[in-house]
Amino acid sequence: MSNNIKKFDANELYASKFDLFEGKLNGESKSFFHQYRKDALNLLKATPFPTLKHEEWKYTSVKPILKKDFIPASLAEKLEVTSEEVDSLKYKDYESNLVVLVNGIFDKDLSKIDELPSGILIDSLKNVIVNKPELVERFKDKFQKAVTAFDALNTTFASDGLVVFIPKGKVMEKTLHILSISGSENETVLSNPRNIFIAEENTEGKIVHQYVGKGSNYYLTNVVNDFYLGQNAILDYYKIQDEKDESYHIDKTDAYQNKNSVFSHFSFSFGGEIARTDLSTILDDEFITTNYYGLYLAKDKQHVDHHTFVDHAKPNCESNELYKGILDGESRGVFSGKIMVRQDAQKTNAYQSNKSILLSDNAVVDTKPQLEIFADDVKCSHGATIGRLDETAYFYIRSRGVPADLAKSMLIRAFANDVVEGVKIEHLKEQLNHMIFEHLNQIEIED
Amino acid sequence: MIKINNLQARVEEKEILKGLNLEINPGEVHAIMGPNGSGKSTLANVLAGNEGYEVTGGEAFFEGKDLLDMAPEDRAREGLFLAFQYPIEIPGITNATFLKTAINEIRKYHGKEEMSPKDFMALIREKAQLIGLNDTMISRFVNVGFSGGEKKRNEIFQMLMLNPKFALLDETDSGLDIDALKIVAEGVNKFRNKDNAVLVVTHYQRLLNYIVPDFVHVLSNGRIIKSGTKELAYELEEKGYDWIKDENLQPESV
Repeated sequence: MSNNIKKFDANELYASKFDLFEGKLNGESKSFFHQYRKDALNLLKATPFPTLKHEEWKYTSVKPILKKDFIPASLAEKLEVTSEEVDSLKYKDYESNLVVLVNGIFDKDLSKIDELPSGILIDSLKNVIVNKPELVERFKDKFQKAVTAFDALNTTFASDGLVVFIPKGKVMEKTLHILSISGSENETVLSNPRNIFIAEENTEGKIVHQYVGKGSNYYLTNVVNDFYLGQNAILDYYKIQDEKDESYHIDKTDAYQNKNSVFSHFSFSFGGEIARTDLSTILDDEFITTNYYGLYLAKDKQHVDHHTFVDHAKPNCESNELYKGILDGESRGVFSGKIMVRQDAQKTNAYQSNKSILLSDNAVVDTKPQLEIFADDVKCSHGATIGRLDETAYFYIRSRGVPADLAKSMLIRAFANDVVEGVKIEHLKEQLNHMIFEHLNQIEIED
Repeated sequence: MIKINNLQARVEEKEILKGLNLEINPGEVHAIMGPNGSGKSTLANVLAGNEGYEVTGGEAFFEGKDLLDMAPEDRAREGLFLAFQYPIEIPGITNATFLKTAINEIRKYHGKEEMSPKDFMALIREKAQLIGLNDTMISRFVNVGFSGGEKKRNEIFQMLMLNPKFALLDETDSGLDIDALKIVAEGVNKFRNKDNAVLVVTHYQRLLNYIVPDFVHVLSNGRIIKSGTKELAYELEEKGYDWIKDENLQPESV
């Protein structure tokens, strides 16, 4: 009997779609980038998707994702999005340039980019590959190579994405807001953007990346982001993951930092059924600062996972890492953070902390802080706490006449505060405070 | 206003209050003094509704209503206020948001409309001045980065803003220098009137130099063992708590 059950092989399934995908690329299949796709295809054929037996995936089962057949966006029907919908989805009241990615494909008509300081480029990956390939090729050694089957899947079917290029000495004054809308009315789509952010020396920029869903079906977002920061570059990146329920989100983000640069990555995770973020930075010169902040909220059966890796390769650098989780229902929050301090990296300051609160008896936390130090003159700390809302504080607030549900909201705000306060865009801070209460079905505090 | 009969309470497995009786009328200021561990803070917390304390017997009424049956927020809405011995920090919530929420929730309970922002700001300015607080503190997070003295002062500020009928001050003098003590006492004195009542819980007599009580009670081992007027506080200061304890060893009602 069992011989009749054909094993569903995700690797085989996706590899089989490649010819069709390639056929739709037209002339672009001759570009340098296409060789990456073909290499990735080989990797995809040879590398099984991770299971719980993989050390880096032991708390997160991707089985539900692999049981489904997702259609790469460029082969799927186009998701119709109106500019009114875009207006209602993006956050209000703050000045920004807007880029809209629909299922990972740059939508020029929906995007609104004002005149940019000369040399700053915000364009689709497809355009850049065809028209300005040298821009990306120049940095290709610094970009991540596919390792896992998800990485390989992304690169194999990377038809588009976003390229942001800030040339030497330029400041991107206006925040760049990226709105990634994924989904489909009739299909289960694979949104597969490949995004590249290059900030050359002496540059500055702020980027907000909002992920949302549309349509009646679940989908898979499988995104790869690469950041390159030149000397003295300062880049703030705010990820706000609010994918549709029952959808999946896999994000692999790598950053390469040069001397004196400051990279701040914020991850706010609200949506999706399984949401995984892999974030890593190589601090490959001196006086670099890397900040990782995360706030994740999960309820029902949501599963949210952050894996971070900070690689201190050179002396006199600093990294700060704070991830906070609020878990309700039967949700599960995973944090695994690794700090590597290599032998050369004397005078390193590295801090890492993961704190979680459980709002229900059935929520689960897995936390794995790791510190590997091979240098002797360093200051490093890491730690994790798991608790419930503070009873004494709860009583204090109620003793002023504030009802129990509002008191709970205040304590949630208090817990989330040190991550939210790190946000340097005022309107975004307000938006986040609003989203926290909405997501947890808690009463909102009116300021 | 407050009537407590044979109140018994415990924390975890430990019996703390072992039959406490007390009656407080409008316009009165009472002080409860006693050595550490006598049950002073337990009394304050039980009256305010801290769920960490378990009432095992007796009763307490606030204006005729069964106090022990009410949620902490309802006690506050009925007009009870506890100034905490260790005020809590609430990052992310400003004093303004905190007080506005509290005031409006109390008003809602009494069927009143929300206070207008203009009236609210005027009230803040008035009360902050009374207690010598810079009104810029209103935009700071509740007690975050406040010194011990500032936290205590903020408790009294909250009391003035909420204007309760019955205020319980739990060791409000602890950790205060003499200047801060005077300011806090002045705030309480401006608050007192013929319609409200204050219960001061303290280990030391010095606060009572500034907040002069009508009645002083000595709490020992979970019971009030002696009551008197303000002179009792001086006597205690002079002779120490052992004096009372020794005296109490003799059978009182022979």
